[in-house]
Amino acid sequence: MTMGALLIEVLSWICITSGAFFVVVGAFGSWRLEDFWARLHAASVTDSGGVILLIVGMCLQAGLTLVTVKLLIIGVFLFITGPTATHAVANAALVSGLRPKVARGLVAAEPAPLVSIDGPDGEDDEDEADFEKVGKP
Amino acid sequence: MFTLATIAIFVGMIFVMIRAFSGPTLYDRVLAVNLFGTHTVLLIGVMGFLFGRPDFLDIALLYALINFVGTIAVLKFFRYRAIGDIAQMQGEEGGTQ
Repeated sequence: MTMGALLIEVLSWICITSGAFFVVVGAFGSWRLEDFWARLHAASVTDSGGVILLIVGMCLQAGLTLVTVKLLIIGVFLFITGPTATHAVANAALVSGLRPKVARGLVAAEPAPLVSIDGPDGEDDEDEADFEKVGKP
Repeated sequence: MFTLATIAIFVGMIFVMIRAFSGPTLYDRVLAVNLFGTHTVLLIGVMGFLFGRPDFLDIALLYALINFVGTIAVLKFFRYRAIGDIAQMQGEEGGTQ
């Protein structure tokens, strides 16, 4: 085995092993963390670190072939859509009134509801009021 | 190496599936299902290399597409109780705003 092939093999080992580590850590965090907003952090570990490292490791194993092109397409797609989906979930949870444990009465960061029924000053005390009004016509 | 990655992804899928079944809120479950789809894409790629036939990457790409669109569709459904043109539907309901 030449020196370059050995280097590529070692790099691929490092990438895939650490990618597997990040995948397990992200999944374990999304299981054991106490809050939805804390679990978002754990999910982003898998979406960024695990995906990038595993895809790069597999690209190093595949060499310059069509498989590498497909892997890069998958990697770019997951790298774009993973945070987008996580942001969509977080935004939906925020709009529907779910709040972190340490910030029960947080209203300042809430985006305006798409369908305003009470007008701008008709705020209700119940956080889920917007979701109920919009969701059940 | 690929065996290790496969085992790691399987263990992660088990953790995520536990969260998807026991999540207290809807959004925990949606997040867990989205994460499960990401795990599935990675698993298809890694197992292709493990068995020496990396020909299933097209299926992995397709699964990534379906996973993203499915997550957005589920969120939109639980927000509006419909998967369609929201403005048109609200117009048809008589404009009670």
